[in-house]
Amino acid sequence: MRFLRRFFIRLSNFTTGRRADQRLREEMAEHLALQAEENLHAGMSPAEARRQAALKLGAAQAIREQHNAEQGLPLAENFLFDLRYAFRMLHRSPGFALIAIATMALGVGATTAIYSVIDATLLHPLPYPHPSELVRIEANVPGVGAHDIGLSIPELRDLQNSGIFQYVSLSFYGTNNLTGNTQPASISSKSVSPGYFAVLGVDAQLGRTWDPHDATPGFLPDVVISDGLWKRAFGADPHILGKSLRLDNDVYHVVGVMPAGFRDQGQTSDERSTDLWAAAGFYGDPAPPPMRGTRFPFETIARLQPGVSPEAAQGRLDALVASLKKQYPADYPSQGAWTIHLTPLAETLVGKVRQSLMVLFGAVGLVLLISCVNVANLLLARASARGREMAVRQALGAARMRLVRQLLTESLLLFVLGGISGFGVLFCARKFLLQFVPESLPRLNDISIGWGLLAFAIAVSVAAGTIFGLAPAWLTSRLNLTATLRQEGRGSNGSQRRSRLRHALVIGELALSLVLMIAAGLLLRSFWDLFKVQLGFNPTRVVAIETSLPNPNDPETDIYHTATQEAVLLREVLRRNRTIPGVEETAVSDRAAIPLGHSQGDRRAVPLFREGQEVQGSQPPLIDTSIVSPEYFHLLGMTLLRGRLFADQDVEDTPLVAVINQAAARMYWPGKDGKGEDPVGKRVRLLGRLGRARQDWTTIVGVMADARTESLADAGIPQIYLDIYQRPAKFLAFYLRGQVDPATISAQVRTQIQAVDAELPVFRAETLDDVLSSSLSVRRFSMEMVALFAATALLLAGLGIYGTISFLVNEQSREIAIRLALGAQRRNILRMVLRQGLTLAAAGAGVGLVVALIVSHLMAGLLYGVSPYDLYTFAGVTAVLTAVALAASYIPALRAMRLDPITTLHAE
Amino acid sequence: MKEKPDVLQGTLALMVLKTLDALGPQHGYGIARRIEQISGDILALNQGTLYPLLLKLEHEGSIVSQWGASENNRRARFYRLTATGRKQLREETHDWEQTAAIIARFFNVKAEDLP
Repeated sequence: MRFLRRFFIRLSNFTTGRRADQRLREEMAEHLALQAEENLHAGMSPAEARRQAALKLGAAQAIREQHNAEQGLPLAENFLFDLRYAFRMLHRSPGFALIAIATMALGVGATTAIYSVIDATLLHPLPYPHPSELVRIEANVPGVGAHDIGLSIPELRDLQNSGIFQYVSLSFYGTNNLTGNTQPASISSKSVSPGYFAVLGVDAQLGRTWDPHDATPGFLPDVVISDGLWKRAFGADPHILGKSLRLDNDVYHVVGVMPAGFRDQGQTSDERSTDLWAAAGFYGDPAPPPMRGTRFPFETIARLQPGVSPEAAQGRLDALVASLKKQYPADYPSQGAWTIHLTPLAETLVGKVRQSLMVLFGAVGLVLLISCVNVANLLLARASARGREMAVRQALGAARMRLVRQLLTESLLLFVLGGISGFGVLFCARKFLLQFVPESLPRLNDISIGWGLLAFAIAVSVAAGTIFGLAPAWLTSRLNLTATLRQEGRGSNGSQRRSRLRHALVIGELALSLVLMIAAGLLLRSFWDLFKVQLGFNPTRVVAIETSLPNPNDPETDIYHTATQEAVLLREVLRRNRTIPGVEETAVSDRAAIPLGHSQGDRRAVPLFREGQEVQGSQPPLIDTSIVSPEYFHLLGMTLLRGRLFADQDVEDTPLVAVINQAAARMYWPGKDGKGEDPVGKRVRLLGRLGRARQDWTTIVGVMADARTESLADAGIPQIYLDIYQRPAKFLAFYLRGQVDPATISAQVRTQIQAVDAELPVFRAETLDDVLSSSLSVRRFSMEMVALFAATALLLAGLGIYGTISFLVNEQSREIAIRLALGAQRRNILRMVLRQGLTLAAAGAGVGLVVALIVSHLMAGLLYGVSPYDLYTFAGVTAVLTAVALAASYIPALRAMRLDPITTLHAE
Repeated sequence: MKEKPDVLQGTLALMVLKTLDALGPQHGYGIARRIEQISGDILALNQGTLYPLLLKLEHEGSIVSQWGASENNRRARFYRLTATGRKQLREETHDWEQTAAIIARFFNVKAEDLP
């Protein structure tokens, strides 16, 4: 208690700045007077009496300091004192302060920026309560090589009743036509089980979501809409609840509006901005009856019981799977080895971008490290200039720890000021910077620059300041007193150690920037190779515009149910589109056939059975399907290798035909001797997506050359093209090639389409060049960022080597002057200085190359068409680094060469 | 020459408290003088070190101080023991005596006393 009381009084004295100095001085004066008086009585002379009294009292200054220390909180007081002093020091050398703060601002600002992206995407990928309970459920049949085959309704019920999960929900992402308001619109929607929002643990802001225990065979008449749709389509109508809306010609009622901040979970940004949720039981119209073998290729997510780890849940699930297999041997043939696998939902969402982001974070970490090293180097350079100051202070009795503390305060001040300015720049430029982040990044909208980030920036600065300020502070305060004072800073004992550390720092800096530059070089080459790749199709002057046909729950009411019905619409729209001025060619396909289309989620691979090769219980390799009109191939400039394309006589009533690409031919008809069999005329059957309507045999009539329509990085993805006049598709893309203005073409095409059917939405007009370029967005983003960081690193490293060599020249100016005076060639002096620069560069490059080999090996997955050990990149980057190091050394070298020996020697 | 022993850590506070207990309110010089007298010049005391100690005791609430007039009519600061201080003195005296007694017993033990 006594201790506490004392602490609080001291704290209050410290904060109110009360000083007891006056009181102590009076007391001591009184003390001395009394003692002197007594001494006088004892018979001393007045002068001797005062002297003895003072001796007895002891060193007044020390007592006062002790007294002051007792009065306040010495640590905090000293800190404030140091801080004031540090400010004054910075003020006195504004150039140094500016460079150091700017360097740190760069490092910390860049790190904080990347951290904000990582924080939103990797660290908090799921904006829902208790996100660790959320899992994705995947059914696999490894025995026949099929993955994520989906679940059937009886299986879903088994999971629900297993007691492992709180809620389980199926969900299926798609789009629907919203009509009846103003302009027909295509909106992102999800068909889900009623428990969907219970799984996510989010409730509506207005109205309600469904009861998770609602049982319904088909669709519930109630839908939940997003805050965005509510504001966009309904003007934030407060009486929206109970109002009806028409989706694909079916009528639904709104029962709830989700909160403004709610984002759905999903792989694509389209899916995350879902606008409408409809609930269904998936075992009545339009879904087939619930059979154990009728599986839906839907996504299944679930919320685990609280406290159950995914591992424990997986164990219980395995037991459930085993018992189901015993119970229904017919549905789970043993060679299929049916399993159910749980993955934490967060992992499935960020998997794709994780590597890119980690590379970025690594790169930005290196930039931060280099900026720290640079500032540490500056601090060391200043240390030599301040050697005398330190010596004087030590001679006056400052303890070494005290000096270290003061120097550390100075460097911390620099780092923190740098960090805060970095954050400030980031904050001011956040709108501008966010433009560069590709839209496909998950949770882009949740990137926020706020207090948390400021705390991060300051924490990073303080940590960096402590680590990188300590060594310079230690070395600065370590000196040989007499030598330093006598030499007047002409180079002292500590300077050897200091220069060794400085060299190490510069070497490290060069090595780190080499690593970054090699990473950037490799990414750049990958990007360039991808950019320059032979596409196999011609995207120039082509615009794709999407529309979608309604898909009502009752097929009887669907006016585009058969291919013949739909053909009337398609042929009329194509004819009308050809009349638009400037249009030379037109075609139509389903959405999945848009080359490099954004909606990769639409790409559904289905198993392809070959005639005469069906094997019971096993699944053949999957193939990507595209449904296209005959003109599609010519419009995109794709090459037919064998057979024929679709023709006018291929209609609904004639035998089904298909065209495949070379990759498919190679995969399905490799031939016996490896030469390849001619697939033209072969018959196949496609299952899955194409529904119940036609399971007839399809004849292959042609083989196309491979084109990179699915992925720029992969030319060999097997493709099968089906005729749109034989297989109706709901989600369509119309293509126009010619001299058209992308800005106005959308409205023109809308007029033409809606002249045929006024209820059809027309949206997303894009040139194929834009589609192609946005398919590279994540790659471009990480490439640009890493390149930017590498350039920054190179600049900083250049500055670092420049500073070090200048310093060396300064330190050796006396030696150089003597050499010159003794007749040394100026050329030799130049060579001597440059050699020092080159030695540093060589050491840095050596270390850097070793590290770069490791790093490039780790990032091999991000590269395309270039080896992680690409000789040209490694050699080129090393050459660039050496050139920069030479250039940076050249300026101080010139200065050394032009040194005037007389002036220099006189100045000493 | 044998050096005078330094004041043991913590014992100076006890001496100050005891002095104030015995003499009543005193100024710094008076306390210093008294300690010197009693210890019979054996202790080497930098009298100045008394003042930070007095401040510490005051912060702890064992003593209070106020300005007053000294014997020769000068302004001097007088220190007085508080109730807390008296309690502290009792406790510390007790502790000290105990320690001293234990040490004394160790010194008195002879080899034949040990079992």
